[in-house]
This record gives sequence, C-alpha cells and structure tokens, in this order.
Amino acid sequence: MMKDSDMHNLTLAEIARNLAEKHFSAEELTRTLLARIEQLDPQLNAFISVTDELALAQAKAADARRAAGENGALLGAPIGHKDLFCTQGIRTSCGSKILDNFNAPYDATVVERLAAAGTVTLGKLNMDEFAMGSANESSYYGAVKNPWDLTRVPGGSSGGSAAAIAARLLPAATGTDTGGSIRQPAALTNLTGLKPTYGRVSRWGMVAYASSLDQGGPMARTAEDCALLLSAMAGFDAKDSTSVDQPLDDYLAALSQPLAGLRIGLPKEYFGAGLDPKIADAVMASVEELKKLGATVKEISLPNMQHAIPSYYVIAPAEASSNLSRFDGVRFGYRCENPADLTDLYKRSRAEGFGDEVKRRIMVGTYALSAGYYDAYYLKAQKIRRLIKQDFVAAFEQVDVILGPTTPNLAWKLGEKNADPVSAYLEDIYTITANLAGIPGLSMPAGFIDGLPVGVQLLAPYFQEARLLNVAHQYQQVTDWHMRAPAGF
Amino acid sequence: MQWETVIGLEIHAQLATQSKIFSGSATTFGAEPNTQASLVDLGMPGTLPVLNAEAVRMACKFGLAIDAEIAPKNVFARKNYFYPDLPKGYQTSQMDHPIVGKGYLDITLEDGSTRRIGITRAHLEEDAGKSLHEDFHGMSGIDLNRAGTPLLEIVSEPDIRSAKEAVAYVKAMHSLVRYLGICDGNMAEGSLRCDCNVSVRPKGQTEFGTRAEIKNVNSFRFIEKAINHEVQRQIELIEDGGKVVQETRLYDPNKDETRSMRSKEEANDYRYFPCPDLLPVVIEQSFLDEVRASLPELPVQKRERFEREFGLSAYDADVLAASRELADYFEQVNATCDDAKLAANWVMGELSSLLNKEALEIEQSPVSAEQLGGMILRIKDDTISGKIAKMVFEAMAAGEGSADEIIEKKGLKQVTDSGAIESMLDEVLAANAEQVEQYRASDEAKRGKMFGFFVGQAMKASKGKANPGQVNQLLKKKLEG
Amino acid sequence: MALERTEVEKIAHLARLGLSEADLPRTTETLNNILGLIDRMQAVDTTGIEPLAHPLETTQRLRADAVTESNQRDAYQTIAPAVEEGLYLVPRVIE
Repeated sequence: MMKDSDMHNLTLAEIARNLAEKHFSAEELTRTLLARIEQLDPQLNAFISVTDELALAQAKAADARRAAGENGALLGAPIGHKDLFCTQGIRTSCGSKILDNFNAPYDATVVERLAAAGTVTLGKLNMDEFAMGSANESSYYGAVKNPWDLTRVPGGSSGGSAAAIAARLLPAATGTDTGGSIRQPAALTNLTGLKPTYGRVSRWGMVAYASSLDQGGPMARTAEDCALLLSAMAGFDAKDSTSVDQPLDDYLAALSQPLAGLRIGLPKEYFGAGLDPKIADAVMASVEELKKLGATVKEISLPNMQHAIPSYYVIAPAEASSNLSRFDGVRFGYRCENPADLTDLYKRSRAEGFGDEVKRRIMVGTYALSAGYYDAYYLKAQKIRRLIKQDFVAAFEQVDVILGPTTPNLAWKLGEKNADPVSAYLEDIYTITANLAGIPGLSMPAGFIDGLPVGVQLLAPYFQEARLLNVAHQYQQVTDWHMRAPAGF
Repeated sequence: MQWETVIGLEIHAQLATQSKIFSGSATTFGAEPNTQASLVDLGMPGTLPVLNAEAVRMACKFGLAIDAEIAPKNVFARKNYFYPDLPKGYQTSQMDHPIVGKGYLDITLEDGSTRRIGITRAHLEEDAGKSLHEDFHGMSGIDLNRAGTPLLEIVSEPDIRSAKEAVAYVKAMHSLVRYLGICDGNMAEGSLRCDCNVSVRPKGQTEFGTRAEIKNVNSFRFIEKAINHEVQRQIELIEDGGKVVQETRLYDPNKDETRSMRSKEEANDYRYFPCPDLLPVVIEQSFLDEVRASLPELPVQKRERFEREFGLSAYDADVLAASRELADYFEQVNATCDDAKLAANWVMGELSSLLNKEALEIEQSPVSAEQLGGMILRIKDDTISGKIAKMVFEAMAAGEGSADEIIEKKGLKQVTDSGAIESMLDEVLAANAEQVEQYRASDEAKRGKMFGFFVGQAMKASKGKANPGQVNQLLKKKLEG
Repeated sequence: MALERTEVEKIAHLARLGLSEADLPRTTETLNNILGLIDRMQAVDTTGIEPLAHPLETTQRLRADAVTESNQRDAYQTIAPAVEEGLYLVPRVIE
C-alpha cells in the first residue's frame, strides 16, 4: 500500500499503473488529493470550485468499472478543468463575475469525453477572466500564485491549471490557449503543456474568447501525461463546425520514436532583443541535449513574427467583442439591480459584470470592427495573419520542428505589469504566432534560473502533435527538470 | 409637378426546413414560448452553430429559379447589435459574399403586360425571436422559439414604380417560393415578410430621392396601402417645402398610416465581420446540377405552357398558374375531361367562387379534380346541359357523390331521343295553339322573338333535361311545318 | 490615430458598457496605448495578400435537416435572471 504522502507525486501514467495493480483505489486517491487541495490551495488560489461530491461519485464509478474488468488508462485519473469548460450543473465562471452564478446547463465535449474515459473531476480551475491575460491576475476570484514563488504570477490565462499541477494538487488538467494560455503558464510553472492544431480539440462547451484562435489542450508534468490526456480530449466533433474530421494519431505509441535525424529550426527572431539572456542559455542547453539524441539544428527565419502582436491584439479583441455580446443579463449570468430601461440593463450588467481587462478588449475590438476602421484594422490584421502562416509553411519545408523560448521573461512579480497592459501583451511574443497560424505548439521544462522555471517551446506543422509529444518525451527521458517540485509542495 | 415612385423590396422568406439553420430545434409555428429554443438558440456560452444542409439547398433552388449566379463560395458574417430578441448580440447573416447573386423575376400586371424586376441578391440568415409587449409588470417578455429559423432575405433592385407593381412582385415571389417548396408563404404567421424602401422623385429626374423603409408589412393589401400612404406623405412633405428623412417607419393598418420607429433611429454600426465559428460554404457544380434537375416547372414556364398547349388566354393562364396547387388541380381536371377551356372555365368560375365562399384552399376543395373532370365529360357527351351541370356541381360540393351518380339518382340525364322530344313538343304546341297561330302569321323578325318563348316552354316541360340543340331544331321544323 | 473622449464614449455605447465620467480619462489613455501598439501594423506591406480568417482554410460541413432537440425550457430557465410564463423578462421594449 502506497503512503498518502506519495500519491500526489505520481504522474497520470504512474497512477494508471498503480490503479491497475490495485495499490490504491481511485476513491482513496481522490480523497487524498481533495484533502491536499483543502490544505494547500488557500496559498495558491488555483481552484474556483472544488467539486468533491462529483469527484467522489466519479471515483467510485471508476472503481466499479475497474472491478467489472475495465482498464482504461484514464479510468480513475484525477484531473481539473479550466473554469471555461462547461460542466453541467456546476458553476462555469470563466473567472468572471458575470458568470459567477452560471451553472452550465450542459457539458463541454472535452468534459464529456474525459468523463467517459473515467477521469475524476476534482474541481474547476482559476483563470484570467474570459482567458484574457497572461498573469492570471484578472480573475474575479483573485490572482493565482506561482508555487515556485508565491510572490510571483503563474502565468495565464490557464494559471489555475498550472499552479494546481505544479503544486501537486492534481496530476493534470485541461487548459485553453488563444495566444499562449497553455504554453506560457506551463513554462512559468515547470510543466509540459500542449496547444493542439486548431480544430483538433472540440470547442463545443468551451466558453469562447476568440473563436478562430481558441484551442483546448492538456497540461501535465510530463509529455507522456499530455499524450494520455490528448488521446481522450481530441477528435472530431460534429457540434463544432471548425472541428477537423481527421483520425487521431497514436500519441502514446509515437512517444518512443528515436529522434535521430530530427531537423530542428531555431528562428533567429526568437533570440533577439527582449529575451532574457539567461533564458537564451537555458534554451540552447536544451538544444544540446536534443543534438545528443540525434537531432540536427538549423537557423531559420520567421520574418513576420514581430507583427504578430499587433495583429493578434486586433483579431482576438474583435472576435471577443462579438463573442461576449451574449452576456447581457437576459437569459443567464449577472444582471444589475433594478435596470431603469433596456439600455441601462445592458450597460450596467456588463459594466458591473466584466472586469477592466475584458472591457478594454471589448472596446478595442468594437473599435477595430467599426465603420471606417475595419479595413485599417481587422482586414490588415488578417493579411498579416496570412503572412505569419506563410512564414511557418516555408520554415517547415526545411525543418521538422521549430524550437525557441516559450517566454521572453521568467515569472514576474504579482502586480508588476498591472499598470500597463501593453507591457503584459508583449509577453505573448513567442506564443501567439502558433495561434494565428493554427499550428500545434508545446512548452516543456528546460531548467531553472534563480529558482524559477524556464520553458522551451516546440512548434510543428499542422496535426503533428505526436511529433511534439515525441520530442518532449525523449528529452524528458534524459533530463529531470520536469520532475522537480517546488519547495513546500 | 409629376412625381415618380421608386420602390425596392426586401422580402424575408422563412425557409420551410424541419430544423433551424444552426441548431436541431424544431421550427414549428405557434409552440409554447421558448420550448423550441435550444442551447444554441439561446446563445448559451460555449455553444456553436452547424449549418443546415437543407437551408443551403433551398437557397440554391431559389437562386436557380431566378436565373441568378450561385456563389461557389459564400460566407457567413456577424451583424452585431444589442436587442433582447437577438440572443447572441449578433445576427448570423451574409454580407459581402451572399449565396445568391443577381437575378430577376418577371411579373404580370393586371392589364396582362409583364415587367422584369431585378433582384440584387439573396442571402441566408437567422431569424430573431419575438418581444411580447403585454404587460408583465411593465416588462416585455422574450420568446426565442423563432430565433434561428432560417431566412432567405431577397433584395430587389429599385425597379418597382408603383404600389400595384410592388404587390404584383410580392405575389409573384410568393407564388415562386411556394412552387419551389422552400417557404409556406403564410404571411399572417410571418413566414413571408416584406420591408418596402420607398422614395419619390420628379418625373424625368434620374437620381433617386431619399427613401424611407417601411418595416414588416404583412399582407398584400397592406403593402399596397402602406406604399400609397407613404408616397402621398412624401409628396405632400416635399411640396410643402419639407425634406424626406432617411428612416425606418412602421405601417399601422388600424390607422392606415406609417410612423417613424424612434427606437431604430439610433445610428447603427453593425460591425460586420466573417463569423469565426462558421467556415466558407462551398457549392459544388455537381450539387447545383442536381438541384437544377430537381426544380419543378416554375410559374412563368407553366403560364407559357398553358397558353401554348391549351390555348388559354394570358389572363386565364396567369390565374391558373399562380399557385402550384391550383395549376395541378386544373391539369388534373383537364386530364380527366380533355377539354382545357371548359376545365379552365369551371375551375376559375364555379369552383373558385365555391372556395371563396367557404374560405377553403384548393387542397381542401370538396369537389375533387376527378369529379369535376368527370362532370365536364358528361357536358361534352351531351348527357347534361351546362345549366343542369351547375346543379350537379352543387350536389357534388354537398358530397352527394360523382356526377354520374348524381345524374342517375336525380334523373338529370338529358333527353336526346328525338321521338320523345317530338311528342313532348307536340304537347307544348297543342297547349299553346294560340301562340302557334300568331307565330305562323308573323314576319321573320317577330318570329325570332317568339321562338324563344316556345323553347322556354319546351325546356320547362322537360324540366331542363331535353337537349337544347335538338329542341331548337325540332321545334323549328314543327312551327315552320 | 488617437481616440478622443467622445469616440471612447461612442465605442462604449456600441459595446453597451457603462462608463463613468471618472473612468473616461484613464480608459481613453489605456485604449490609446493599445492602439499605439496595434498601429505598428500599418507599416507592414500587405499588398496583394488575401486576408486569412481561419487558420486551416477548410470549408463548412453541413448538418442533415433533422429535429434533434427537445423542450428543455424548465432546465434552461432555472439559470435565468427573470422569467414569467416561460418568457424571459426585460425592461419594456419600445418600438
């Protein structure tokens, strides 16, 4: 019998083995982690809702299924969901006051698929309001703290998922990535996080921020766990018109492929001004490890990368301004007290329900789409979007994967970038191109600087998630950065 | 001053699909509030649209029927504005890339002349819900059952020059969409709605005057009245030195006037952009070929065929072809009796007045096309006269059976046996010996008048059953002796 | 292109976001900073480049025309702020 004190350190893959060998039950594991969440989460604020009743019911059901002979890799696996995946009858807040009372009337496809695979939902995880942010400080439920340094941000917007996994409150969670919201917090908290190809994971039931950029994906400590989770999350969904009807690769089988002959491209634009030189060193060290595994390296260029931020900060807010119009206080969500008339109902419900960053982006998007500015902003941004895609298409003719830093800086101090939204936007520089182009991207742990984690980002051509997981897994076989735990957790 | 009226119409036709354009909710009219509003229709967070194939097919059918180009790639866009009957805060519509491009519709006016009205475009979009203004403690109630019902918005060129033409256009459009089976055309239920853009200009001027848009006019009669009223209002306004303001107006049928809709006054900025939840819709040529092959004969084609094949007048052909059901009925009658003129006369005459009187649709006719055709056969073979036929028709309408059964049962068979007619005539002449004397003493002109008297007496004596032709012939012989 | 206060008010109205007089200067300044960042885009030569709306450039899938939804009004309205007789209530709509 494994001690309770060890269970929380297990990865999903290890949990699967232990459950299969009956070292403990899903229920025991669930109770242990729920207790740990209760004990430690107050320091982090990673959870918006802890769903203990649901978790115990799912755990018992998983144990029963196992007793009946089932043996799925995720049967009884404890996870959490970013609080923008709709969960039936459970609050789905999106980190916003406007949805504080929103008990979703249905399950997201991702939630449904993971539940069918037997996962146990421990709770709903904190996030930047409507996934808008890269510090997890814009949540109505308060900032999330980085387990590696409680005075620092965990990154965002999937900051609750990142902090909870890094602190070993749970082994894996779902996240979403619109401009880096899986990869950036993964980098800042020493996790592996994957943003799949646009259309690989269904968006049904995932509250939209920017529909043409949003993509759900797995976050965990290891690439292997991401592969396990992705295998259950991904796949065609008829309810999402942008879902891609293409068979899934065998992500687990692909993990063990040797890297000999792998062509890695290092974009020179990723190593220019603005990058913390210590991060550059850590990234280059990871390149050396991959070379030892047989990879070859080539410098490439993604000349339009610098234009990605302005383009993104038009497209995402434009889509958001429209997506968030449904929050009007009529059918669900927050409604202001005693509206004087219809306009007052709209204006006050939305002004009181949305936080500052959300309001800012709605206004930027509204402006960018308004008469007379559409061509100069929205259309221009979409043209740049094509240039960025073309950069990648050209680069992938020469290399198999692109490697670089996930973030230009380490986790910053809470509150440090609050006064100036633009400075926070610039943190997305390395991640948003993948969203604009729709290609898959992964961040993996690659060392520490002054006790803070550094992430390396890998990008691959469309639908080559298996390749990304393979490279990260092989790297994780020869390094142990991803196994390190923050002190006190 | 002489004024010219310029009208362009926007017709919203609800497509007759089973389910909504972007969700699997039913589109049935008249359901309890919000019982046909799914997660998607309610704009619940995280929900996504998936396009209904039938809505696309119906739009293509329409496009082919008006001889328009179907865009090989059409794109849905979001039209952003806040309104309680618009759950997502945007209407999913089409802006720069509509599914149906330029086409036309030929209309027939009352004098039998035709005009070609240009159609600028037709695009797919979702309908909004309904605001109910009954008093809920000073609040309005929102019913989203209609939200997401597929609409085809058909925009005409400003080619229409009078209220009568506008009505003819809407009638022709109504007829067309019903022929195509893409809209039930029920204007009272809002299945077909019309916005009228109306302006006036001095005759001879080429540039358009400022237009006002009259929203949601929901009957042929109201279209005519609303436009006439609006034209009069604009002319009076201008002649009094005023200016027409570009605005949205609402027609009030109770007061027979249009009034400004202040709530829609606010300058709108709809911020159209391509809907990121939907991808471009690609229409393959093979699909269009298949749709084209499935098109029924259209009103115009049918009208022409009725004239050509059956020798009907333009007017008769137009009336009979206006509705597919009426045309089908007529053709069925004709198929039974093989006499298009008689069939047309009976369908447009006795049958139409019967249906009007009973407020029935042709599909509900108490006299089937086979029955009517069967009756006409009996007229043709001299079993009954036209006069008797009216009695037979009434009996058929009353459900008394087929023409043959009624003729048999009531003994209405025409007497054609000349022996029997002769003996009947002999009796009539004997009973009116005095008149016979007078007749024989009269000149040709007077005789003509008197002859009618004898015919009337003879028909009366035979209870209308004697063959009128034979009566005439034999009577003449006997009188002139 | 720097926004004036009146433009910010107009945008806030279009977006139906209540904005207090006190918030206006700060909001205007922040929006102008963001627009400053965005305007860097204008320097990029995009002549002859087609806009890209969807990363994968695939086409719309069509759904068969079938009714798949049933009445769930009671469940959906439990989370509504104000309903009566099955209707969602809003301050009176004037036409």
